[in-house]
Amino acid sequence: MTETFTPPTRFAVPGRIAVSNRAAALWQTATLTEIRRETPRASTFRFAVPAWAGHLPGQHLMLRLTADDGYTAQRHYSIASAPDDDGHVELTLDHVDGGEVSGWFHTRAEPGDEVQVRGPLSGFFAWPGDRPALLIGAGSGVVPLMSMVRHHRARGLDVPLRLLVSARGPEELIYAREYGAETLPVYTRSAPEGVPVGRLAAHHLASLLAEEPEGGWEAYVCGSNAFAEHASRLLVRAGQPVDRIRIERFG
Amino acid sequence: MNVTRGFTGRPRAHRPGLPPGQYDAGDDWPVLSAEVTPDLAPADWTFRVDGLVAAPRTWDWDEAHALPESAYEGDIHCVTSWSKFGVRFAGVSLDAFLAAVRPDAAATHAVAYAHTGYTTNLPLADLTGGRAWIVWEYDDKPLAAEHGGPARLLVPHLYFWKSAKWIAGLRLLDHDEPGFWEQNGYHGRGNPWEEQRYAGD
Ligand SMILES: Cc1cc2nc3c(=O)[nH]c(=O)nc-3n(C[C@H](O)[C@H](O)[C@H](O)COP(=O)(O)OP(=O)(O)OC[C@H]3O[C@@H](n4cnc5c(N)ncnc54)[C@H](O)[C@@H]3O)c2cc1C
Repeated sequence: MTETFTPPTRFAVPGRIAVSNRAAALWQTATLTEIRRETPRASTFRFAVPAWAGHLPGQHLMLRLTADDGYTAQRHYSIASAPDDDGHVELTLDHVDGGEVSGWFHTRAEPGDEVQVRGPLSGFFAWPGDRPALLIGAGSGVVPLMSMVRHHRARGLDVPLRLLVSARGPEELIYAREYGAETLPVYTRSAPEGVPVGRLAAHHLASLLAEEPEGGWEAYVCGSNAFAEHASRLLVRAGQPVDRIRIERFG
Repeated sequence: MNVTRGFTGRPRAHRPGLPPGQYDAGDDWPVLSAEVTPDLAPADWTFRVDGLVAAPRTWDWDEAHALPESAYEGDIHCVTSWSKFGVRFAGVSLDAFLAAVRPDAAATHAVAYAHTGYTTNLPLADLTGGRAWIVWEYDDKPLAAEHGGPARLLVPHLYFWKSAKWIAGLRLLDHDEPGFWEQNGYHGRGNPWEEQRYAGD
């Protein structure tokens, strides 16, 4: 046998946790129990999944819809709810124009409907609540980050956590009512009186990276690929080490 | 079968080339890498093959380009469910690199690793016989950085996470060694025709 292999490269970003292969392999029925509107384009869907194995903030699941001829459509969705929500998970979905899965959720789904899920998946973007967390999201990219914020609150954790969330305007800001002092919204098209309009920029990060907590920030970036590229480049330029940046791109 | 009330889905695409559970992404080409896209100039790119080989070797950009050119025209399939039809990549067949290093008879697997530290494991049999490439062109243009440029591995008959972006090397082993996503619950081989998405599939 050769020795255990480590690549001879400049940096490698290890996963935060090992994931259960059993949970990932098993399709389970998730029953829709509640629909809450967040913005004109996004709603939260709450499901009962009695045998849910539990998840960490930041993980996602695979969701599958089946038509009566056996045709299926499956997509990934980040988990919005905190882990301590026994047997329930919440997802927040944007209504994508012409979207097969999000379209069904936004036009047909009702409490009592059943879908299939498998997960939780991926230990890479998970946040166990241990390291100081610098969270940067745009649009529905805030979903896995909100699970972290909720977990931080629910457990009363001391570890520093900050959220920068970008939205076109206040009416499109998902979870607007839930944010506290940990969050700074960044508005790109329209903002409330006295709040500047503009893209996420270096000055938003400068103060956060200047007052770096002990051990440094673990940065979690989530959103469209264009946003993820923009935000991760800003982080690198502001001095955040590349091996402490985790990115979840919604494709 | 667990039918979802009221779900009909899109008109059925009777595409013979579409593996189960996949959909045609059309002109979209989603980007799903988990790390920061590196600023890697062709002049700084290298590709190494070592491990269980007779003559380990590193190629730089010009040396790799001196090998016979080979192109792939066909389809690619991502584990997140999109497939892309009729893509064209150009570069060099991995067979040309492997012929130069002469793998040992004992080599059964490889770990492909990227300049970012990303890793993925593959059976050697999936990398030989004209089924894998190192590519630097997409649609006759240089491969964009977010898609793995200056050069990526291409193993189009497996899910696309196996086609490591920003490819830095291959290490040949006599055993299987799970890579980045494989340690995160993804399948060891990733054959889209058998829907090998996650461990246990
Ligand atoms: C890890 C991960 C986590 C994610 N988390 C979330 C989340 O928390 N919330 C969220 O809202 N999204 C999330 N996404 C995105 C999500 O997976 C879906 O991509 C999204 O919901 C769109 O799916 P859809 O079926 O509604 O749209 P699709 O049917 O996939 O369509 C997407 C676009 O392509 C067009 N299109 C595609 N195929 C066709 C076709 N055959 N014919 C015509 N048009 C077509 C559609 O018109 C539409 O504009 C996540 C993605 C990933 C990878």
